[in-house]
Amino acid sequence: MTFKQMFTSSVGKKLVMAFTGIFLILFLVVHAGLNACIWAMDGGVMFNKAAHFMGSFVVPRVLEIGLFLGIFLHILQGYMLTLENRSKRKVGYAVNYSKGSKWYSRSMAILGTILLMFFIIHWKHFWVPSRITGVAEMDLGNGFVVHNLYGVMQDTFQNVWVVLFYVISCISLGYHLAHGFQSAFKTIGVHNKRYHAMISSLGYGFAIIIPLAFALMPISFYLHWVN
Amino acid sequence: MSQNTMNLKVKVWRQKNANTQGAFVTYDVAGISDEMSFLEMLDILNEKLITEGGDPVAFDHDCREGICGMCSLYINGKPHGPWQANTTCQLHMRAFKDGETIVIEPWRANSFPIVKDLTVDRSAFDRIIQAGGYISVNTGNAVDGNSLPIEKQNADDAFAAAMCIGCGACVAACKNSSAMLFLSAKVSHLALLPQGAPERKSRVLNMVAQMDKEGFGSCTNTGACEATCPKEISIANIARLNKEYLGASLSAE
Repeated sequence: MTFKQMFTSSVGKKLVMAFTGIFLILFLVVHAGLNACIWAMDGGVMFNKAAHFMGSFVVPRVLEIGLFLGIFLHILQGYMLTLENRSKRKVGYAVNYSKGSKWYSRSMAILGTILLMFFIIHWKHFWVPSRITGVAEMDLGNGFVVHNLYGVMQDTFQNVWVVLFYVISCISLGYHLAHGFQSAFKTIGVHNKRYHAMISSLGYGFAIIIPLAFALMPISFYLHWVN
Repeated sequence: MSQNTMNLKVKVWRQKNANTQGAFVTYDVAGISDEMSFLEMLDILNEKLITEGGDPVAFDHDCREGICGMCSLYINGKPHGPWQANTTCQLHMRAFKDGETIVIEPWRANSFPIVKDLTVDRSAFDRIIQAGGYISVNTGNAVDGNSLPIEKQNADDAFAAAMCIGCGACVAACKNSSAMLFLSAKVSHLALLPQGAPERKSRVLNMVAQMDKEGFGSCTNTGACEATCPKEISIANIARLNKEYLGASLSAE
């Protein structure tokens, strides 16, 4: 059996979704943790230092390539699986029972599409200015000059529609994680009831806490909770 | 105990064969006792149709005791009807109200082509079983069953998985038409027992390959299969199958 055969079977395709999904879950922890520096109440010094570290140090830059690959694979495989699975029932039912599964478990592709739209806009807001078009700089003294991404956040989140879009995207992320977190671990084979119960609880907690932390960031800027 | 009788409308999918278009036809059935089984209600409808010179509705059934896996039917949007952990043959008419319209559809999945009306071809399941759902047994005298120690938990889990009657309700309920609950029950049943050890790796690889060849979809862990399974096969079996697959495919030559 080749690795290609392993990852292209119906179970293998799900393994791709699960491995990339777990990698993206880990990324969310790092991203949320670093972004939480905005609440240091120091005018963005700590946040800009953290962002500078992520943008200039070789390890996060290499991981960034992995991140883009992971996101791309997750999206591509997700859409391919959705289309393939839909094609397996050419004639649908006249009456459909929906109580057997959660709506968000059945709507991963729609929630994922909202997240894809969010990523494109999010990259345009922060990644593109930081890496390509350039942003204003902040002098931290002793010749240590960094990008003022904190300032970009302040400007971006003055628009109520942008804030609203970010909050809706965070809610989508929450539901996407509510299914995805525990499903990924099932896919990689966690069947032990004790561990599965633990992972399910952890997953629901993660699906609430991380998106809530992200949603509070634009809200904090918009309502001037941080300065 | 007094019987209540009811008059119902049944909206049934009628289709001559796999190559023709089907459509719903609504029939009136009168004087149905609430003590009748669902299939007895269909028997009465068919007797009426035959008496009137019509074509009876084709549907699968055999033991009518809830153990053979032959009966199917997607009743009012749910495989095997509204009751939990129940087969269509064990569904009784007291589950319905007088004057109600009952919608009856066949299992819908490309891998289960319609033979006629409500009867579908589930031989894809047989071919999946043939691909690996067996064990090696030496010829000669039968070994004393008690000579082989099996941990109680494994014996219980294997037995619970072996409860699967292969009716196909999991495929019918799944939005992806995935056969993973069925396959995972068969793989778990044998993987948990020492008798299944010799073919443990080849079994899961061959059965997954056959399942894919039959055109079933991928599992997305929604849990719809578990919720409608008449034998309450646990979705934990799917996670076990995934582990078996991952281990077997990583260590395969």
